[in-house]
Amino acid sequence: MAETRPSKRVAAKRSGLGAGAAIELLGIPIIVLVGFAAYAWWHSVADLDFVEKSSLAWGDVWLQIWQHVRLTLVASAIVVAVAVPLGILLTRPRTKFLAPGVVGVANGGQAAPAIGLLVLLFLWLNGDLSGFWTAILALALYGILPVLRNTITGLQGVDPTLVEAGRGIGLSGRAVLFRIELPLAIPVIMAGIRTALILVVGTASLASFINAGGLGGVLTAGITLYRYPVMVAGAVLVALLALLVEWVGRVLELIARPKGI
Amino acid sequence: MTATEAAPSSATGEVSGAEIRLEDVTKVYPGQKAPAVDGISLTIPAGEIAMFVGPSGCGKTTTLKMINRLIEPSSGTIVIGDQDVRKRGVDELRRTIGYVIQGGSLFPHMTVAKNIAIVPKLLGWDDDRIVKRVDELLDLVSLDPSRYRDRYPRELSGGQQQRVGVARGLAADPPVILMDEPFGAVDPITRQRLQDELLSIQRELRKTIVCVTHDIDEAIKMGDRILILQEQAHIAQYDTPDVILGSPANEFVADFVGAGSSLKQLSLARISEVELRSATTARIGERTAEVAQRAQANGDLAVVVLDDRDRPRGWPWLRQLKGETIVEPTEDLVNLDSRATLNDALDTMLSNGHGGAVVTGDRDAYLGVVDFVAVTDHMRDMQARANQSAAEAGSETGGTRIARSDDEIDHGTDLAGTDG
Repeated sequence: MAETRPSKRVAAKRSGLGAGAAIELLGIPIIVLVGFAAYAWWHSVADLDFVEKSSLAWGDVWLQIWQHVRLTLVASAIVVAVAVPLGILLTRPRTKFLAPGVVGVANGGQAAPAIGLLVLLFLWLNGDLSGFWTAILALALYGILPVLRNTITGLQGVDPTLVEAGRGIGLSGRAVLFRIELPLAIPVIMAGIRTALILVVGTASLASFINAGGLGGVLTAGITLYRYPVMVAGAVLVALLALLVEWVGRVLELIARPKGI
Repeated sequence: MTATEAAPSSATGEVSGAEIRLEDVTKVYPGQKAPAVDGISLTIPAGEIAMFVGPSGCGKTTTLKMINRLIEPSSGTIVIGDQDVRKRGVDELRRTIGYVIQGGSLFPHMTVAKNIAIVPKLLGWDDDRIVKRVDELLDLVSLDPSRYRDRYPRELSGGQQQRVGVARGLAADPPVILMDEPFGAVDPITRQRLQDELLSIQRELRKTIVCVTHDIDEAIKMGDRILILQEQAHIAQYDTPDVILGSPANEFVADFVGAGSSLKQLSLARISEVELRSATTARIGERTAEVAQRAQANGDLAVVVLDDRDRPRGWPWLRQLKGETIVEPTEDLVNLDSRATLNDALDTMLSNGHGGAVVTGDRDAYLGVVDFVAVTDHMRDMQARANQSAAEAGSETGGTRIARSDDEIDHGTDLAGTDG
């Protein structure tokens, strides 16, 4: 019986990661570490004047990094909590007719300039919400689209015969969603979440304009005080943080991917 | 070793299936005027295989899916056993009906064992029982449990996936199994193998199986009854394969069954009806010289190499036997199950150079060799018998039967075209 013999080709594929993905996964944290070490070395040896020194004081920079990370994580968590259930809802038979409209609105939100969205929200909500929560709201609105779109695409991409097979053998609609559709859509949804993380970490640099903190503060200080080293230092720190967040996204993608697909 | 005739009928189990009754079932899809299924009524007796065939769009799949309510009938009644399917919760109903789909439709993120265990788990079986059941089913579909239970579907060949699909359909021991073109996605040799296996499983389990296919040969081979449908699921004929081949009810059936309908009888006859020849056999590890001597004494130019469980592993020519002892053959020998049809036998014979095929019985054990001459002799007998009964039947029914030519069967050159 020829076809019951195991296929070697397939067995080899089981080992998982391709070489390219492995390099990215190991390479990014190394780049970030090296970059940060270089920054720390520069910071300790550079000839900085008083203004530059106070702008780049370690205590303040650490605080801003923490604020930036917090903005990113809280906004992303809200994005996931809103966009994934919304995406699920928009692929259910009874409500899927709403999908084009909602995606259109989300597209519009994405197209609006981030700084405009941020400032408008700040003016509009002034006094009702703190700067932090206003920034969170703006960032979340900004990050919803990729997760929403990928949740919808991922769920629509699940082979309908598998869904029918699930129903046909007696799984309820809810069981099919949680045990078949979502696990199979996870890779696409996670790609959307990674995109959202990157968008949010970059856009969070603008939060300092409305007093919500973050590494944008260093950048803005550099620009307003016309201190070139501060500007570059801010840019380098934001870039390193963005790389790190992108790496976290990749790791999450890898962890969440179900075995067998 | 002497040729043995398999006696499949002696191994039949007790009927564990349930009768299915459709009464005036109609399906009109919203937005369409013409019904997809227009008032079909039929009874499928418990423990039988009913094959639904017909042109595409004739409503055969719709009819099938109304039985487990994947499609809700617009009107009419469907009864399984003595229960109206509409009186039961839809999920609970489906857990008592096996469902097997083309390609297996395994869930790619679950292992083989998890795929099979879904329904037993839904039914609340305890873990020990589920583990046992999974292994039992893998054995039943000829997959070694220790090797396959923890694999993911993508690590299996198409035929293996389909086997697991069948195992999943049987998991909770449902009385009724629905199959939607189950073997449509595999190559012809594998398909033949899977069909044989299903028939052998069915002999043991005696479920009620409803199977949709577009392949009339498959319908003839597998079906206790064949339902031939026309547009809107109007029944053209619903009868046993013999009757459908012997006296098609109308032009449509005759056309559908095909012009070479007497050749289709090949799909009705099983290898077990043909007299097998005993070939020279050899064991792995035997001395080559002795084997060659034995073969020459028997007048054989090739020997069948058996392993320690009597399973044929190769069929080398004498000139291919080199070295001191017989080594394990590396060829992919395609054996013929004794339950295979003559149609399958001809296919297999044409694909190897021996003008014959090695026949195996239960657990793939060697039975003998069938050759071309034996098959054609048997066909000639069949034809003679068929002509005789056709003459009798023809005089009774007054001649709506289609004409058939005696020559059809005698020309070996026609045979290659029978599997189309």
